[in-house]
Amino acid sequence: MSQNKIGSVLIVGAGIAGIQAALDLAESGYLVHLVEESSAIGGTMPMLDKTFPTNDCSMCILSPKLVECGRHLNVRTYTNSQVVRTEGEAGNFKVIIKQKARYIDLEKCTGCGACAEACPVKVDDEFNQGLGKRKAAFKQYSQAFPNAYGIDEQNCLYQTRGKAKGKDICLKCVKACQAGAIDHHMEDKEFEVEVGSMILNPGFKIFDAASLDYYGYGKIKSVITSLEFERLLSASGPFDGHLVRPFDKKEPQKIAWIQCVGSRNAKIGNNYCSGVCCMYAIKEAVIAKEHSHIPVDTTIFYMDMRTPGKDFEKYYNNAKNQQGVNFIRSRVYEVTEAKDDSGDAVIRYSTEDGQILTDQFDLVVLSVGLEPGDSSKELAKLLDLKVNKYGFAELEPLSGVNTSKEGIFAAGAFSGPRDIPETVMQASAAAGSASALLAEERGTLVSEKEYPPEMDVAGDIIRTGVFICHCGVNIGSVVNVPSVVEYAKTLPTVAYATDKIYACSQDAQASIKALISEQKLNRIVVSSCSPRTHEPLFQETLKEAGLNAHLFDMANIRDQCSWVHMNQPEQATEKAKDLTKLAIVRASMQQQTQPIFMDMNHAAMVIGGGVAGMTSALSLADQGYEVHLVEKDSALGGVARRFSTGFRGEDMKAFVAELIEKVSNHANIKLHVGVGIKDVGGFLGNFTTTLENGEQIAHGVALLTIGGQEYKPNEYLYGQDERVMTQIEMDEAIYNHDPKVEGAKNFVFIQCVGSRTVENPYCSRTCCTKSVKLALKMKKKNPAANVFVLYRDMRTYSYFEEDYEEARRIGIIFVRYSENAKPVVSKEGDTLLVTVNDHVLDRPIEIETDVLCLAAAIKAPADGKKLSKWFKIPLNAEGFFLEAHMKLRPVDFSTDGVFMAGIAHSPKNMEEVIAQAKAAAGRAGVALSKDQVESAGLNAFVNKRKCTACGTCEAVCSAKAITVDQVNRVAVVNDALCKGCGACASSCRCGALSLRGCTNEQIVEMLNSL
Amino acid sequence: MGEIQVEAENKKYEPKIAAFLCNWCSYAGADLAGVGRVQYPATIRTIRVPCSGRINPLYVLKAMANGADGVLVSGCHPGDCHYISGNYVARRKFALIKSLLNHVGLEEDRISFSWVSAAEGIRFAEVVKGVTERVSALGPNNGIFKVVDDGGAAADE
Repeated sequence: MSQNKIGSVLIVGAGIAGIQAALDLAESGYLVHLVEESSAIGGTMPMLDKTFPTNDCSMCILSPKLVECGRHLNVRTYTNSQVVRTEGEAGNFKVIIKQKARYIDLEKCTGCGACAEACPVKVDDEFNQGLGKRKAAFKQYSQAFPNAYGIDEQNCLYQTRGKAKGKDICLKCVKACQAGAIDHHMEDKEFEVEVGSMILNPGFKIFDAASLDYYGYGKIKSVITSLEFERLLSASGPFDGHLVRPFDKKEPQKIAWIQCVGSRNAKIGNNYCSGVCCMYAIKEAVIAKEHSHIPVDTTIFYMDMRTPGKDFEKYYNNAKNQQGVNFIRSRVYEVTEAKDDSGDAVIRYSTEDGQILTDQFDLVVLSVGLEPGDSSKELAKLLDLKVNKYGFAELEPLSGVNTSKEGIFAAGAFSGPRDIPETVMQASAAAGSASALLAEERGTLVSEKEYPPEMDVAGDIIRTGVFICHCGVNIGSVVNVPSVVEYAKTLPTVAYATDKIYACSQDAQASIKALISEQKLNRIVVSSCSPRTHEPLFQETLKEAGLNAHLFDMANIRDQCSWVHMNQPEQATEKAKDLTKLAIVRASMQQQTQPIFMDMNHAAMVIGGGVAGMTSALSLADQGYEVHLVEKDSALGGVARRFSTGFRGEDMKAFVAELIEKVSNHANIKLHVGVGIKDVGGFLGNFTTTLENGEQIAHGVALLTIGGQEYKPNEYLYGQDERVMTQIEMDEAIYNHDPKVEGAKNFVFIQCVGSRTVENPYCSRTCCTKSVKLALKMKKKNPAANVFVLYRDMRTYSYFEEDYEEARRIGIIFVRYSENAKPVVSKEGDTLLVTVNDHVLDRPIEIETDVLCLAAAIKAPADGKKLSKWFKIPLNAEGFFLEAHMKLRPVDFSTDGVFMAGIAHSPKNMEEVIAQAKAAAGRAGVALSKDQVESAGLNAFVNKRKCTACGTCEAVCSAKAITVDQVNRVAVVNDALCKGCGACASSCRCGALSLRGCTNEQIVEMLNSL
Repeated sequence: MGEIQVEAENKKYEPKIAAFLCNWCSYAGADLAGVGRVQYPATIRTIRVPCSGRINPLYVLKAMANGADGVLVSGCHPGDCHYISGNYVARRKFALIKSLLNHVGLEEDRISFSWVSAAEGIRFAEVVKGVTERVSALGPNNGIFKVVDDGGAAADE
């Protein structure tokens, strides 16, 4: 570790992981160098249409992050760039970056697209997976940052034919560009940056489906990859979101998905599960049905449905039971072209009972797996990082994000296939780890953003600018957007109205800013999605244009209109008009409001002292913050104390002991063990928690890591026969050399005990792997033992597939049972008997067993409800914590300053718990790094002339923010305490009190305009 | 299905319902309904307020006077208020408004109060369906109020 640390971080890869890590670090006081190989940031997410399990539009949720990252003063983005050399050590690296010539000057390019229009060269568009064409002068996608074009030197006529010979061939782009941005003589350049740490997230590539010729990809036109299908669905795709077959534009009515293409395939050396394909196939099937105006028949051919993530199982059940997606458990032999000249494809497959069948489809989608990209492999080699046999980076055990080199962290698919929430978690975890490493240097290299002076618009004639968003097809396919624009133009105060394909994109922000000055707009209304997610983005744009952020309102015509009135376009359009009108009325009456700043308490409270809590506490303490770790149990460690080995063979006992020792000895951590919590009050920057022993602790943020509980089964004779045990109990029995287990010759494992049931409609995620691990342990110890695993779907995702494969290979017998025909456990004399219907033989088999291990569900923590009340945080239907956004804010609550990690969020394995715990610490660190907490200032205010000092407001105010000044006989609001709920304003008998941003006048005027 | 019938009837008469949704629970629940594509009648016109406790009884009367056929006020579940007790403030006022409406001869079914949490998208859609059905059953609000300028609400600052 270098003594001479540098307060900046290199991030390689600008997909969602890179963007998240960059924002976290830049926001907490570090300079970020963000290196991206392609010409724009965004990675794979912009290519996706919708995201599971919320069906959020991928572009819509990503776009604010693109804009935020692009406009952040402390993120330096280098596109068309890669790392070519590094030297140094943790804390102080020198990195040589090579930036390829873009031939278009980023400073000058306005993104107008004239060059692309003029360019005569058409090539396959990689962004659209080759389904469309782009020019040699191109921008990857319309919302891209930088909002600038680039020239593809491989295909440009001048670059390929003219330049070397000195001939002025083509150069149409140069003539077309009014900005003079094109420079065909730009050269590649190399430069050096100094950083203290590196975060690598170069992403993945999709499996090359053409390499398995039995699927017919590349030969049969109606066979496409899942990523191509995403582009077909996408509004910004090659067919504008019309679901058609690329080659004949026929609207498919019968579509099949084939799972595990390039995954779970030991023959080709990909003996791992890509983890995301089951969910994306279900999503694509559901969206295809939703998207098409004709009924679409959708079928998914699969081996095991693997939906172990949060709310995934519900999504699967909904697809199966409500949406009518067909699921066929099968092995696909081959795909051939239909003989009837229809262009269709025929799938030949065998079902579970051995029948061989064929079926014809309009379109066959191959659910391709994830592989390490070529540049990922190069990067790993360049930095001499440990990789696994597939070429993915190998992380240090139980570290969540550490590569084999100190100071270098990994996030996303660089270390293995993972979905977006896990990727985002790792990104925040990596950012938190980098921040901990460089804590002393925080704030040394960053600069403050400066806004133009705020225009004083008080008293000016109100000129409202209205922007109506199509949101791709999300709004535009239901609401008649142009008619809403025309309507808006007729309304009072409206000086300008227009529509936008994506109002949240970088170019739309630039256009709004330009229009504010050109059209002298002093109020802005955006009709698009939810202000809960997008208001800050637009407000930032207002600030950059010199307008007060509150001279703004949003109408939610997507989440609360087009999405919920899909079959009523006329009514939806009427509603969109009304909602837009309401927003215009409110905005027109908005006043300039200044934010209020309050001091930030830089201490953190971590509630729950299991692995998650201790990991979070350590990370925060290393970042330099004071941490209070509260554990109600008499000892730290949580449920992990009961585990012997981790999923990669780690010694859990030693790991937990080491963690306990570290937190016990850390100067910044204060332990409160054996004491619960009595009460919590306050808000970001200023919480006060009262412990049961009466001690009061002031803190700025809180991390809730209270774990979960193991389900205590009522089924399968659990509790009635000591040979029936849960997984944790069996793990303990093995560790303690319990003769029940040591001497046993027959083992039966039953999966999904208390999971995936009507009462608990979720998958507990870890149990399949755990059972396979335990089964392997037993079988390896005693190869003569008979080991059976009774399962519904084996969900050994990611590399755990290797264990499943090994288990089958060494003779562990897997018997599938269905939800409707669960195994029956009985006792005959002293014999423990398990009866299950064998799925291959289709007849009941009886197994005598010495040990019956139940994969008992992981349930939500018992204390969730209490914390929910104290911190004002939501729980989901099963009692797990509900995050602010399932995809992009997986550790944040919607309440500012409160974060979550571990099982209390959803079931997950230890490695994932650790990554999430570090992520929560990373996010909490971002909040704690601020000197002050800024609140919008939308507080109550008093009209002194009307106030009679009756004291009603004082009585209703639960924040104790309002008091009656008995000397002057008037109510006084304490701005630091006021939360802006408005209860005082609605209770005031004399109309003296009102609320900024939500005054009586505004609401009455809105109602008048209904 | 009941909702289809309502839609058919709406061709003749489509109620317009002013919906006050608190920012932290019900508005978020309404967003969640959207994310889940849970369909409900396009009858509500949402006004986002920080808290259901912000609702002044005056607003309900104003809405009715201005031709809204119904009013929905939706806040957080008891005990879950982001501002600790705003929804109880709202509840007290609401009881008052109901008796006032009865007193002046408006059907109390025109106004509804509900608790919808941020996790209850489906419930939000059910609430809107229920409100729409109740208001539709009553028919258009003929409005017994005369609009007398602005009723002193927007009095000078």
